[in-house]
Amino acid sequence: MAETTRHEIMLGEGAGTGTGQDLQLGMGPAHPAMHGIIRIVADLDGEIIRKADVEIGYLHRAFEKDCEVGGWNNAIPYTDRLNYVSPLINNFAYASAVEKLLGIEVTERCNYIRTIMSEISRVCDHLTCVGASSMELGAFTVFLYMIKAREFLWELVEDVTGARLTISYGRVGGVKADLPDGFEAKVRTAFKQTREVLDEVHRLLTGNRIFMDRMVGVGALSREETIAYAITGPLLRAVGVPYDVRRAAPHWAYDRVDFEVVTQPDGDNYARYLVRMAEMEQSMRIAEQALATMPGGAINVDFEGRAIDPAAYVDQGKQGKTEGLLLMPIRLSPNLQGQNKPAWDRVNADDKSVVLPPKETTYGSIEGLMNHFMLIMEGYGIRPPAGEAYFASEGANGELGFYVVSDGGDRPYRVRCRPPCLPPMAALHRMIEGEMIADLIPTFGSVNMIGGELDR
Amino acid sequence: MDGAAILERLQSRFGAAVVETHAHRGGHTAVVERAAIVDVLRFCRDEAELGFDMLSDLTAVDFLKFHGREDGPRFEVVYHLYSLAHNHRVRLKVRVDEDDALVPTAVSLWPIANWLEREVWDMFGIRFDGHPDPRRLLMYDEFVGHPLRKDYPINRRQPLIGPKI
Repeated sequence: MAETTRHEIMLGEGAGTGTGQDLQLGMGPAHPAMHGIIRIVADLDGEIIRKADVEIGYLHRAFEKDCEVGGWNNAIPYTDRLNYVSPLINNFAYASAVEKLLGIEVTERCNYIRTIMSEISRVCDHLTCVGASSMELGAFTVFLYMIKAREFLWELVEDVTGARLTISYGRVGGVKADLPDGFEAKVRTAFKQTREVLDEVHRLLTGNRIFMDRMVGVGALSREETIAYAITGPLLRAVGVPYDVRRAAPHWAYDRVDFEVVTQPDGDNYARYLVRMAEMEQSMRIAEQALATMPGGAINVDFEGRAIDPAAYVDQGKQGKTEGLLLMPIRLSPNLQGQNKPAWDRVNADDKSVVLPPKETTYGSIEGLMNHFMLIMEGYGIRPPAGEAYFASEGANGELGFYVVSDGGDRPYRVRCRPPCLPPMAALHRMIEGEMIADLIPTFGSVNMIGGELDR
Repeated sequence: MDGAAILERLQSRFGAAVVETHAHRGGHTAVVERAAIVDVLRFCRDEAELGFDMLSDLTAVDFLKFHGREDGPRFEVVYHLYSLAHNHRVRLKVRVDEDDALVPTAVSLWPIANWLEREVWDMFGIRFDGHPDPRRLLMYDEFVGHPLRKDYPINRRQPLIGPKI
């Protein structure tokens, strides 16, 4: 007996394999389910996608070209806008690539800060991905719950960086500022709330009949094909390959914390969902361990003197009234916490040719001012020796790589970002062809396309 | 296998087709003759000891304004390979001139090369011989020029609608 075709399943026996007349449907670039702007041109036979052509590039804003016209640190704000759901990881990965090219080591405390903030960002990213894709399947409650949890974490990010989205917190050679006072306690509270949300979502979704009908067996990709398409991150781990850059090439403080590389065997949307849910718990585990073992302790101010308002400090420095300013602690606005001088040495590499001096030194001493100018002026600045370096870190969507080339000048000769969501998008047509058009929605959601890094 | 051993293996297998090898900041690079690149890539993928099953990145660099290299071949096409089984990496390069910017395609080895090569064509104007779908990837079809070339001015505007500047 001939195998029942999908057409027959839908239309009854004898319906054959189709009419042979395909309908071409263009979805996007401005389609509500396209998560931003991409276009899928699908050839439909009934509701089955026979062939799909994915078009990208609608959010292209010349990231790589822009990086070539400023100094090495000027690219940091652009990297915020690559993956705008977890911008901290992009910041740190770019900074680490340049540090690799320079051959410098950052301080231990900085490594821990990068680890903690990256893991918080990863949880934010997974929350957004799972929340948004469940919303598209009708689970609006889940979306609201998860965005609520993301809010708790974004408050942490705001505490540390002063911004919620375009954080620009990483620096070549360190980070902008130390962690604020009482950060560990805030993290503990936020993680407790996030865990409660994850628990609620597990009870709502994992095992939910409607959700599983839409997710199990849908959008699957084989292990061989996933590897051939160079797909990394949760999608690769969802086909059972335990590849995680944090484990394979431990950077920052990942070799000093315990965590599990979560895998699932099936490779379908449901497996991707399970991987992401489990990874959030692992990320929180990493952040907690790193916070507990982080070196540095409290900031020790070992000199006396009255505190001064930062604006007044800068004003006096500009007027040349620098006498006595050098040793005076400044009171910083809440969003600039941890930028004072004792914190500076702990989170930045000990290399004056790379790291800007703290503002107290810049405005309080001639050496600091000269140091600052030598790093800011055109033609000076950070000048890595001619050469190239590729640095990979584990972004929320997979291997986030930066390939940087220097000709010995003060600006990058070439910055190449290996976007983690480009390979799954290149393979998207393989995941949706032969399936129903409605299945495109959960599959596209599980890929977690981020326009900023896809199109650069 | 460490990087130096990988480079040695490639040199002993391909001899003169491996033009140059070097290591910088922990990254190992082999510059390969254009005609041999597909063979080298296939060898890297299929040889059990090397086992590079992932083409993690494919991009290019324009050396037009690179101090000291202005006169050499203008472009380098850069392949980053990664092996899941052995957890090692290698970087392969092919040098091409501007008037003969053509490299054999790697689509037959890894399907991801399809999009990555389209992007290199789009951004640098390097063509890939035998590519099944040689369209631009990020820019639109009507776009003139290749924006990541060093002689493409960053402030040039090509609006689809409205006045051309």
